[in-house]
Amino acid sequence: MRWLTIVVIALAMALAACQPQPAGIESGEANETDTGGSAAGDFGPPQGEPIMAVLTTAPNVPPPVNRDYPAKIIVDMEVRELDLEISEGVTYTFWTFGGSVPGNFIRVRQGDTVEFHLKNHPDSKMPHNIDLHAVTGPGGGASSSFTAPGHESVFSFKALNQGLFVYHCATAPVGMHIANGMYGLILVEPPEGLPPVDKEFYIMQGEFYTVGKYREKGHQPFDMQKAIEENATYVLFNGSEGALVGDKALKASVGDTVRLFVGNGGPNLVSSFHVIGEIFDKVYTEGGTRYQENVQTTLVPAGGSAMTEFRVEVPGTLIIVDHSIFRAFNKGALGMIKVDGDDNLPVYSGKEVDAVYLGDKVMAEELSLVSDVTQAELTGSATKEQRVNAGRVLYNGTCSVCHQQDGKGLAGVFPPLANSDYLMADKRRAIEVVLNGLTGPVTVNGSDFNSVMPPMSQLNDDEIANILTFALNSWGNEDGEVSSGDVAEVRAATERPQGAAH
Amino acid sequence: MRNLIYAIAFVAVLAWSAQLAQASEFVHISGGEFRSVIPEAEGDNLIAVDDFLVQDTPVTNAEFLRFVLHRPEWQRGSAVSLFVDDQYLATWAGPISLAPESGPQQPVTQVSWFAANAYCESKNARLPSWYEWEYLAAANGDMADARHLAEWRQDILSWYSQTGGDQIADVRSEPANYYQVFDTHKLVWEWVDDFNAFLVSGDNREQGGADQLQFCGAGAISMEEKENYAILMRVAMLSSLEARYTTRNLGFRCARQGGVRQ
Repeated sequence: MRWLTIVVIALAMALAACQPQPAGIESGEANETDTGGSAAGDFGPPQGEPIMAVLTTAPNVPPPVNRDYPAKIIVDMEVRELDLEISEGVTYTFWTFGGSVPGNFIRVRQGDTVEFHLKNHPDSKMPHNIDLHAVTGPGGGASSSFTAPGHESVFSFKALNQGLFVYHCATAPVGMHIANGMYGLILVEPPEGLPPVDKEFYIMQGEFYTVGKYREKGHQPFDMQKAIEENATYVLFNGSEGALVGDKALKASVGDTVRLFVGNGGPNLVSSFHVIGEIFDKVYTEGGTRYQENVQTTLVPAGGSAMTEFRVEVPGTLIIVDHSIFRAFNKGALGMIKVDGDDNLPVYSGKEVDAVYLGDKVMAEELSLVSDVTQAELTGSATKEQRVNAGRVLYNGTCSVCHQQDGKGLAGVFPPLANSDYLMADKRRAIEVVLNGLTGPVTVNGSDFNSVMPPMSQLNDDEIANILTFALNSWGNEDGEVSSGDVAEVRAATERPQGAAH
Repeated sequence: MRNLIYAIAFVAVLAWSAQLAQASEFVHISGGEFRSVIPEAEGDNLIAVDDFLVQDTPVTNAEFLRFVLHRPEWQRGSAVSLFVDDQYLATWAGPISLAPESGPQQPVTQVSWFAANAYCESKNARLPSWYEWEYLAAANGDMADARHLAEWRQDILSWYSQTGGDQIADVRSEPANYYQVFDTHKLVWEWVDDFNAFLVSGDNREQGGADQLQFCGAGAISMEEKENYAILMRVAMLSSLEARYTTRNLGFRCARQGGVRQ
């Protein structure tokens, strides 16, 4: 009997040695849910016909893999250098994987062999390559995929580890290639796939460094010095300030379970990813295998990812932000999920999301009013009516939080603009107040105020002109027009407080 | 018929030649020592450059057309595919005719290293070495070495911030530099003789650290003058090439050994 036992044990060990098994099984109870990492990710040579990968543009995600064997997946991706809109009326030369920022989403199964074709469009100025964090091997594919303009490189790798991985360009100078938008996500599904959900979306954060300041109109070149100083001009989801707002807001219905594949391209900043009005039921932190539950805000490292899941319970607009919150309101890191369906008053009393959070984004549909007058300004044909219309949009986004939508302010705290003797008395002073802020006692319509208005240094001359023209002609005020030339003149003539934007 | 076409082409070239405000000339560059972004040995990036002569503009389409008229073996469609890729001179209208988007005074692009080399040999010259090119291109309008100036870098980087699909400007569109040489930056990339010396060729690229530039981060270790992104990107571009490659924004100029002072 004793001999038999030994034989059985020896047999078992021999079997264990020649069959690939998840490492956890051998190493005992403590690791019983261990996936086994890359050692357990090779399911043998690819089977069946090669499959062309479905590549999608954010916020879309390819359908689940739904396959129970390892296959050969062909990924065909072209690098394009393109002038695209980064914000209303502002263009930037993006370097892209597949024509958009972030790059195409790739979805494969653990154990798949990926044959990657990287093409660099003939019009490209730069050579490019790709470093996929899903690759096990030096350089992550970068050396094998280094591609001159007008040429193509091919390399293969086996996706041994499951998870949500960033890919990016790693051509020198790496930081500049990433800063210009060269990143995306590749999902390596576990063999059994991910649990089904109702909606999946692809969101990737990245920051941009431009020579001009935030929302300064026209074509903006990359600013290397700002990038080195990590002083971002824009922090954006999906490569443009308008990517996830207005018509392009993500859509879901009450009762849906939503999964967000969240990446952060960087190049420098770590994201405090948060959805205002939701709690993540699950977060697969850092794009890995385990999930944390009931999370408010999750950190997404530069060059890292997270998967978040939540069920939407009530209708309304959820706001996606980087909760390093100046980035959301002053650098563009803001998106929306519009949820339709019936009210659920016991869960939430039903007030629509506060304008404080939406800022001018709630008016995304009306932003064309702003761009119209900007265009007209260039040809010198901007009318007072256009200014008033554009000014209303900008006022509601920037000023109404304090001065209120009806211009009446709040008694004792925020002075009124409606029928305001202080406002109407001196146009130049009004421009100075918006530009430089106002601290200390003032008397408006016979009431005393003593508080602080910060300098609106994020606004450009156009915007200030439009806001003031609107204020001078609204709520019973009937006088005057401010041109951007007026603002420029005051801006040039005033000593600006230390630290105010240039 | 064929002769007639040639004749027309010749007349056209002559007409262009007559229009040339200035043909490119070889100018003398006094050698010296400078710090290169690419060290000869680790930690030693002080490089001595001898006197040399260099063309004051990149070779133009008109000049290259004249070359292929004399050397039909370098015409598009005739050139051996070992020496040129399938995009060789693709922006021209035909083997011996230019096109609106590749005018006579624009720098010739879509040329391989082999073709550029053959052209320079026909002029009793050669391609400049990397160090010669880098030495030449360190200048701005009034200084031999302006690389420490932030504006100089930003100016060059701003060229990188424009897409490459647009029409390429004529040579001499921008002012000359300190050496009276035009267009070292902001027009096209340029071949150098030893473009593949900082990285080894395709078959042994995985050995050692030879192609470190291609890796994330590693490039930052081996490069000197790390802040000199403007030049670093040119190195990256050159290192992505094989000698038969051609690209839309890659041209060349020729150099000669510089014993003779003008």
